[in-house]
Amino acid sequence: MASMEEDGSVEEKDNNNKKRTKSAIAVAWLTFYNIAMTAGWLVLAMAMMRFYLQKATHKGLYKSIARILKFFQTVALVEVGHCAIGIVRTSVIVTGVQVCSRIFMVWFITNSIKQIQNEESVILFLVVWTLTEITRYSFYTFNLLNHLPYFIKWARYNMFIIMYPLGVAGELLTIYAALPFVRKTGMLSMRLPNKYNISFDYYYFLIIVMLSYIPLFPQLFFHMLRQRRKVLLGEIIVEKDE
Amino acid sequence: MTSQGSRKAVVFFEVEILDAKTKDKLCFLDKVRPLHKYYPQWYAARQSIRLDPKGKSLKDEDVLQHLPVGTTATFYFRDLGAQISWVTVFLTEYGGPLLLYLMFYFRVPFIYAPKYDFTTSKHWVVHLACMCHSFHYLKRLLETLFVHRFSHGTMPLRNIFKNCTYYWGFAAWMAYYINHPLYTPPTIYGEQQVRIALIIFLFCQVGNFSIHIALRNLRPPGSKTRKIPYPTKNPFTWIFLLVSCPNYTYELGSWFGFTLMTQCLPVAFFTAVGFIQMTVWAKGKHRSYLKEFRDYPPLRSPILPFVL
Repeated sequence: MASMEEDGSVEEKDNNNKKRTKSAIAVAWLTFYNIAMTAGWLVLAMAMMRFYLQKATHKGLYKSIARILKFFQTVALVEVGHCAIGIVRTSVIVTGVQVCSRIFMVWFITNSIKQIQNEESVILFLVVWTLTEITRYSFYTFNLLNHLPYFIKWARYNMFIIMYPLGVAGELLTIYAALPFVRKTGMLSMRLPNKYNISFDYYYFLIIVMLSYIPLFPQLFFHMLRQRRKVLLGEIIVEKDE
Repeated sequence: MTSQGSRKAVVFFEVEILDAKTKDKLCFLDKVRPLHKYYPQWYAARQSIRLDPKGKSLKDEDVLQHLPVGTTATFYFRDLGAQISWVTVFLTEYGGPLLLYLMFYFRVPFIYAPKYDFTTSKHWVVHLACMCHSFHYLKRLLETLFVHRFSHGTMPLRNIFKNCTYYWGFAAWMAYYINHPLYTPPTIYGEQQVRIALIIFLFCQVGNFSIHIALRNLRPPGSKTRKIPYPTKNPFTWIFLLVSCPNYTYELGSWFGFTLMTQCLPVAFFTAVGFIQMTVWAKGKHRSYLKEFRDYPPLRSPILPFVL
């Protein structure tokens, strides 16, 4: 789900044991990328705060930050590329699923279904995403610079305990709010008969997406809990059979 | 793994078995008794015994005397998890699509609108598609029972859920549209398209079967030897000159034919996914052929001649 972070670099625990031979270009690029993304999400955070302080309402807030959000969230696609070429040691699939679910929320829900843009649930997941991404990208940045302040490590491996459930709630409530409008407009749907002999109902697709949170959320959450025990508490966890 | 006593020099082995992950001593054998006499839940098919905790499993045929161990042999044990036989898995994963498709074909109630229950399609290509699909899975079932010789007896139990979801899911998805009352038969080239598609399909079915027979004949009954497959007198096997895994090539061809025949996008997706999976398997098999046989024919590609 979109609020979950993919677990790019638990390799900090391997720092002492393994020698990672990354090219200088790769390190330079990743450092630049992570600094840029931290900055981007900080800008987003400040734009949101400024809007709310000036207007005292959340109505119209999404519209005011939509372009920044779309830009920085879409750019995150390159992280899939990082995994594919090996300069970041995470599975391509995990990162891909993570980024795609974010792209899905931004482009196929909030951007396309204007009527739900003023829902409170949208603000909820936006706040969660912003806090999560600022923490995550600054964590990667400091890691690459080999100067990781403990409080960032602490934040990364503790905040998720609250952020994940809140983010999931925000996303689910938003999708749920969008359902009646999807049904009415029949958007992104295809009916029989047609020469490809296939049909697609976006409405039922969204319901399946919502149901898929039930098996997926616990898995991702408990994965982060395990990582937290390993990294913060130094527990040795014997992995299940590979 | 067996232990042979020799009549000339009597060598006694002591064997200790440790857990590969925790290094706990599981048992110490000074008489060789099967591991599962001590741990009955770990029957033979679940046992992975190795010389090194991260190494490869020893095979059933390996003889204790011929292994690089001293008089106290230390082996590492890994539990492979609940196992299920390959034959069981194949029969279940192929039986599902056969039955499911027929349910859609006969328009069993609760699938389409009630007024269509137990009706039949007016398009002849729909009847043809049903015959082809059913023939394909019947062929697979019979090959599982009478043709294939499996290297391994078992696979992990969770595979049956994964595999059945894949086969049954796709079969239902395809069958739903092909047998739908609002199905549109091929429009681009009409009847000619269907005819060509049928020829491709049948050609590839015969080809696939020929390869299975040729592979079976490489291996005498009960043995697990591996040899390089070569073209035989059957022209359908001449593709071995260009391809390592022509069974996958023909399988791809069959589904391509079926896609053309039905002009149904779900079938195209199924063909595409199957193609990706079979390419992965073919590349793996090709690599292990190259590793195992010095004299492996260089002209061969894994699955598509010259291309892939």
